[in-house]
Amino acid sequence: MEQFLQQLTNGLAVGSIYALIALGYTMVYGVLKLINFAHSELVTLGAYLGLTLLTSFALTDRMGPLLGILLLAVMVMGLIALVGAMLDRVAYRPLRQSPRLSAVVSALGASIFLQNTIMLIYGARFLNYPHDILPKMTIHMMGIDVPLVRILILFVSLVMMGGLFFFIQKTRIGTAIRAAAIDQGAAKLMGIDVNRVVLLVFLVGPALGGAAGLMLGLYYGQINFTMGWSYGLKAFTAAILGGIGNIPGAMLGGLLLGVIEAMGATYISFAWKDAIAFLVLILILIVRPTGLLGERVAEKV
Amino acid sequence: MIQPKTIALIITTGILVSLPHFLNPYWVDVLNNIGIYAILGLSLNIIVGHTGLFNLGHASFYAVGAYTAAILNTKYQIPILWLIPVCGLSAGLFAMIIARPIIHLRGDYLCIVTIGVNEIVRIALINNVFGLTGGSNGIFGIDRPNVFGMTIRTPMEFYYLILVFGAVTIFLFRQLEYSRFGRALNYLREDETAAEGSGINTAHYKLAAFVVGAVWAGMVGNIYAAKMTIISPESFAFWESVIIFAIVILGGSGSIPGVILGAVLIVGLPELFRDLASARMFFFGAAMVAMMIFRTQGILPPRPRQYALPQNHASEEGGK
Repeated sequence: MEQFLQQLTNGLAVGSIYALIALGYTMVYGVLKLINFAHSELVTLGAYLGLTLLTSFALTDRMGPLLGILLLAVMVMGLIALVGAMLDRVAYRPLRQSPRLSAVVSALGASIFLQNTIMLIYGARFLNYPHDILPKMTIHMMGIDVPLVRILILFVSLVMMGGLFFFIQKTRIGTAIRAAAIDQGAAKLMGIDVNRVVLLVFLVGPALGGAAGLMLGLYYGQINFTMGWSYGLKAFTAAILGGIGNIPGAMLGGLLLGVIEAMGATYISFAWKDAIAFLVLILILIVRPTGLLGERVAEKV
Repeated sequence: MIQPKTIALIITTGILVSLPHFLNPYWVDVLNNIGIYAILGLSLNIIVGHTGLFNLGHASFYAVGAYTAAILNTKYQIPILWLIPVCGLSAGLFAMIIARPIIHLRGDYLCIVTIGVNEIVRIALINNVFGLTGGSNGIFGIDRPNVFGMTIRTPMEFYYLILVFGAVTIFLFRQLEYSRFGRALNYLREDETAAEGSGINTAHYKLAAFVVGAVWAGMVGNIYAAKMTIISPESFAFWESVIIFAIVILGGSGSIPGVILGAVLIVGLPELFRDLASARMFFFGAAMVAMMIFRTQGILPPRPRQYALPQNHASEEGGK
């Protein structure tokens, strides 16, 4: 039972990181019907920029751990959002009117480009986050000791997701994003500037991805220039699992995938951990071809 | 009177046959890699280019073929080239089992499932499934192929083996393109609903496209295993599928010359960038984005098909 609860909290923490990354995929997909394969590299970049800013400004020493990390997160999110907008401008915008698979290859190219840029700047070796940023506290709850960092990650992710959900559902701009996702042409006729919606999506999605990268660095302590692709792939899986284009779906899919993976690794086989995640995805898609919360799209005639 | 097309074909054949005699073994080996990827690209072209199915896990079929060859050859000493049909069959069977339940998935859902299958296959190979695949070290000691009593060993000998296989591939896939089957696949790609309305069994044809592509990839897997004599799971990772996919889209999906040119560029360009050492993939990624932006249809997109109209019809409608 104790192991189960430990794995549950672990799964939820990792799952909430997946969910944050998945939101980036799903938002871009919702508006542009494009799989942004370079999103995983933005996550990696978030982890690296976080480390650079952390060590060069010594934020946590000056301002205390929590406030320091908060400021760090804001800076990382801002920078990654800018990179995301640039990525769209350079690699995707010229391909708006072209066949969808061309844009996918451009995305794959951008992914290779960004990954190797990171490698050329930071080197190919693993880098370590400082050990002493967050106090090594554990909190006793439900009969187990949960590390503080897990709770913080889950809490912060849930706050961000809640904020995004409110933003998308309740504000005018959020309504514009939803409208553009449903029908770009009609949205334009209603006076919505679709180009600005796309820009906004490429600011918000990468910002969440950058925050996720920072969290991965803080949680695992080690980062590498290839780390993004495995988390990115899991997050993309999560987005599909929940129904791509659907924002609550990405959140649900991420948390679910994190828990399934943690449980599978503990109770079935650690070596097959990644395969279990994909197997579950395939099984769910066989039963529900458009994901858990995906709408059943009627065939257009 | 000899057609210009025939002359071009004869000249191309002449160049391809004599080419390795002017190059050192290193570049001949590069050409061999280009050939292998070109054939893989052509096999994926059936699935992605002609049928419009989003398959980013083609390396898994390639892996099944290569491992079938390696296992049967090292365990039972069956000559490797005899195994070509067996490799094709096993990859095709694998594709049929995998694709049957997921074939109705729409575009991007199919994409992630194929990526997932690719990853599952790689992880299964690493975990030494059934004690056959040799874990992360893979299988080594695969025999050299033997043709009419001659052992194929040097890059130049492999060049001719791959060239013959490639020529057969091009010939058959060209026939396929202009067959009823090929037209049905293209119709499916352009408008699935209309195709279904015209009596094309969409699930059946999609599955058939998957199986044909997989059979061919499995046979290339055999050639690859014979060429390398060592195979390991990392040769069949997601990255490999991305390369094959990029070859098809970048070259011109649906076009045989396009896919071959795509293979030349995707496999050949990094060789030219060799002097840049670690920065080579950096430029490669940038080049991929740039090529897609400047040639969104691919470098050599297929030409629209032309069908000759009966004389009187053409004059009535005034042509197109």
